[in-house]
Amino acid sequence: MDFNDTPEEAEFRAEARAFLEQHLDKKEPGRPSRDESYMKRAKEWQNIKAENRFAQITWPEAMGGRGGTPMQQVIWNQEEAQFDAPTAPFAIGLGMCVPTVIAFGADEHKERYVKKALHGEEIWCQLFSEPSAGSDVAGLKTKAVRDGDDWVVNGQKVWTTGAQFSDYGILLTRTDPDVPKHKGLTMFIVDMKDPGVEVRPIHQASGGREFNEVYFTDVRIPDSDRLGEPGQGWKVAIVTLMNERLAVGGSPGPDWQEIMDYARDAGTLSDAAFRAKLADWYVAAQGYKLTKFRTQTALSRGETPGPENSIGKIITANHLQDICNSAVEMQDHYGIINDPGKAPADAIFQESLMWAPGLRIAGGTDEILKNIIAERVLGLPQDVRVDKDKAFSEL
Amino acid sequence: MNFDFSDDQKFLREEARKFLAAKCTTAQVREVLDDDAKSHHDGLWTEIVEMGWLGTAISEEHGGLGLGMLELCVIAEELGRALAPVPFASTAYFFAEAVKLAGSDAQKAALLPKVADGSVIGCIAASEGPGAVEPAKLSTIFADGKLNGTKVPVTDGDIATHAVVLAKDGSSASLVIVDLTGDGVTRSALSTIEPTRSHAEITFDGAPAELLGGSGDGESLYNEVLNRAAVLLAFEQIGGAARCLEMANEYAKERHAFGRPIGGNQAIKHKLADMYVKNEVGRSNAYYGAWALSTGAAELPEAAAAARLAASEAYWFASKENIQTHGGMGFTWEVDCHLFYRRAKLLAVQAGAPAQWKEKLVHALEMKNAA
Repeated sequence: MDFNDTPEEAEFRAEARAFLEQHLDKKEPGRPSRDESYMKRAKEWQNIKAENRFAQITWPEAMGGRGGTPMQQVIWNQEEAQFDAPTAPFAIGLGMCVPTVIAFGADEHKERYVKKALHGEEIWCQLFSEPSAGSDVAGLKTKAVRDGDDWVVNGQKVWTTGAQFSDYGILLTRTDPDVPKHKGLTMFIVDMKDPGVEVRPIHQASGGREFNEVYFTDVRIPDSDRLGEPGQGWKVAIVTLMNERLAVGGSPGPDWQEIMDYARDAGTLSDAAFRAKLADWYVAAQGYKLTKFRTQTALSRGETPGPENSIGKIITANHLQDICNSAVEMQDHYGIINDPGKAPADAIFQESLMWAPGLRIAGGTDEILKNIIAERVLGLPQDVRVDKDKAFSEL
Repeated sequence: MNFDFSDDQKFLREEARKFLAAKCTTAQVREVLDDDAKSHHDGLWTEIVEMGWLGTAISEEHGGLGLGMLELCVIAEELGRALAPVPFASTAYFFAEAVKLAGSDAQKAALLPKVADGSVIGCIAASEGPGAVEPAKLSTIFADGKLNGTKVPVTDGDIATHAVVLAKDGSSASLVIVDLTGDGVTRSALSTIEPTRSHAEITFDGAPAELLGGSGDGESLYNEVLNRAAVLLAFEQIGGAARCLEMANEYAKERHAFGRPIGGNQAIKHKLADMYVKNEVGRSNAYYGAWALSTGAAELPEAAAAARLAASEAYWFASKENIQTHGGMGFTWEVDCHLFYRRAKLLAVQAGAPAQWKEKLVHALEMKNAA
C-alpha cells in the first residue's frame, strides 16, 4: 500500500508536468482570474493541448486523443490543476456532449464536429433540464415535430451551463407524447446560433449569472442531425451522463484548512466546540479524498472501480455548506459582510455559503444521489413510478 | 496509486471470512452472550491460536508469522464483522503492540513467542473510573517494583495472563507489565453492556511489576499504543458496520409493509444510503491508518485519530439504524441487531471515546501546521 505512481505513471506525470511548465504559470493562491481574456486564453490552451495530444487522453488516436488510460487522464487532471489553466468552457462539451456525438453520430458528424471541439474552436452545451423536469428529466416537454426532412423544435431548457458562449448543443426533446415518457424522447445536435434559439441568463439565488435558460421557437433541425433513432433519446442521454468526467477535482470551496487558518487568526482555535467540529470536517474531507484514491487505485491496476466514488458530492456539498455556516457564525454580526475588501479570507466563506445550496442540487440533488446509491449500489427497490406505463400525454 | 490491499492480503481476508463464517456464527457469539460463566469462546480461540493469527504481526524471530500490520488489519476487519467473542484485540492490538513498541529485548523474547502460541493472553489496564484516562491523576501507583491500586474496567482482565498497566510512577506515569496469575492480584468480573467480551475490575495489592519502556515515559508510550490499536480497532469497526448495512439491506428487501418491501420507501433508502456513505468514509480513513501504521509514517497520529473517529461514527450509526430498520423485531433478544449495537459501543470507548480523539486529531493538525 502506497501513494506512488507506477514507473509508467511517473514517466507520464513527468512528461505532463514538463509540458505544463512550458506553457502555463503555476496557480496562485486565492481566486482564479476570470477576466475578459479568459475565453481567448481558454481556446488557445485547448488548442495547444489538442496539438500535443493532451486533450481527451483516453480518446482513441483516430479521434485526436492519445489512446491513453483513465489513470493517465487522472494524472493529467491532477497536474493541470496545479497550474493557472483555463479549462472551464470545455468541460461539458468534451466530457459529455462530444462523446455522445462520437457514440451515436454519423461519420459526417464526427468529421464536422470532433476536431473543432477538441481544438477549442467550438464550444458545446448540454440541453436536458427543463423547468418542470429536473430530477425527473425524462418528463421533459420541449417538443420536436417532424416536418419533411426537418424537425421543428419548441420549448424551454434551464440551468444550461455555458449556453451563452456555446456553438452547438445536444438537445433532448419529446417526439412522441403518446408513449410512456422514457420512450418518446429523441436527441439532436442543435446549432446554438440559430435565430430561434434565445439564451437568457438566470439570476441565481447566489447573485451570480453563470447558468442560463434557453428558449426554442420554431427551430428547424435537419433529420440528419439526429443522434440515435427517434424514441431512443433516453438511451442516448444515459450515455451522455455516463461520460461525465472522472471526478478528480479538489474541494469546491474552502475546507478544514481554510477555516482552521481563519480560526487561528481570529483567536478562536482554542474553542472546544469548534475543535470538535474541525475534527469532523477533517475526517469527512479525508474520507472524500481517500475514497478517490481507492478509485484511482482500481484504475491504476486496470480494474473497474467500485461504486464507492458515488459518495463524493453528497459529502462535499453539505461539507462546504457546514464549514461556511460555521465560519460566518464565528464572525458574529460581522459575518454578514461579503465585501472581499472587508470580510475575512476575501469573503470566500460568505460567497461559498451562498453558492452551497446550488451545489447540493446541481448534477443530482442529495436526495436523488441517495436514491441512486440505494437502488444501484444497494439494490433496493425503485421508487413507485405511477407514470411509468402511461402515455406521456395522459399524465 | 496503490491505495488498497494486495491480492495476497485480500486472499487472507477471504480465507479469514470463510473460516469465521463457519466457526463464528452468531450462534457461537450467543454461547458467550447467554452464559455468564463464559468469558470467551474457548473453542474458537483455540482454533485462532492454532492458525497463528496472534502472531500475524510478530516477527518469525519471536515465533510469529512475520507478516505485517496490513495483514493484521484484514484479519481485524473479519473478526469485527463476525463479532468474534475472543480476547484477540486485547492480546494482539494492545498487549503485543505495547511489548513490540516499548519492550526490552528480554521482554520481547520472553513474551512475544507466548503471545504467538497462545500461552499468554494479554490486556491493557488504564481506566480507573468514569471519564477519560488522565495520566497525571492516576491512583494506581508503581514503586519499588510493586503495583498498588485498582483498574476498572479492564477488557479481558478476567482471563488475561498478563497486563500492561498505566500507573503513576513518581511524578509522572509509566507502563508496567504484571503477571496477573501471580501474587497481589484480585480480579472480579464486571457486568457490562457488551457481555460477549469479558471485563474485570483488577485490584493490585503489592503485585510484582516491571517497567515496560522508560520510567516516566508512560503517557507518550500509552498514546503510541493507542494510535496503533486505534487503527486495528477501526478495521473491526468497519467490518461490523459493513455487516450491519448488509443486514439492514436484506431485511429492507424482504420485509413487506403496506403492500411492498419497506426498502422501497425513501425514508429507508436514504437511511441506508447514509450508512453506505459513512461506511465508505470509515473504510477510506481506516485504510489510511493502515498505511501509516504499516509504514511507520509521521502521519500516524492524525491518521489513527481519523480512522478511529470515522469508524466509530460509521459503526454507531449503522448499528443503531440497523435496529431501527428492523422495527420491533430488531428490539428482540433473538434477532442479532443488538449484538452489533453492543459491540459498536464497546469499540467506540475502549481505547478512548470520540471526544478525546477529536482533540488528539486537532492537536496533531496544529503540530503539522506549525511544522
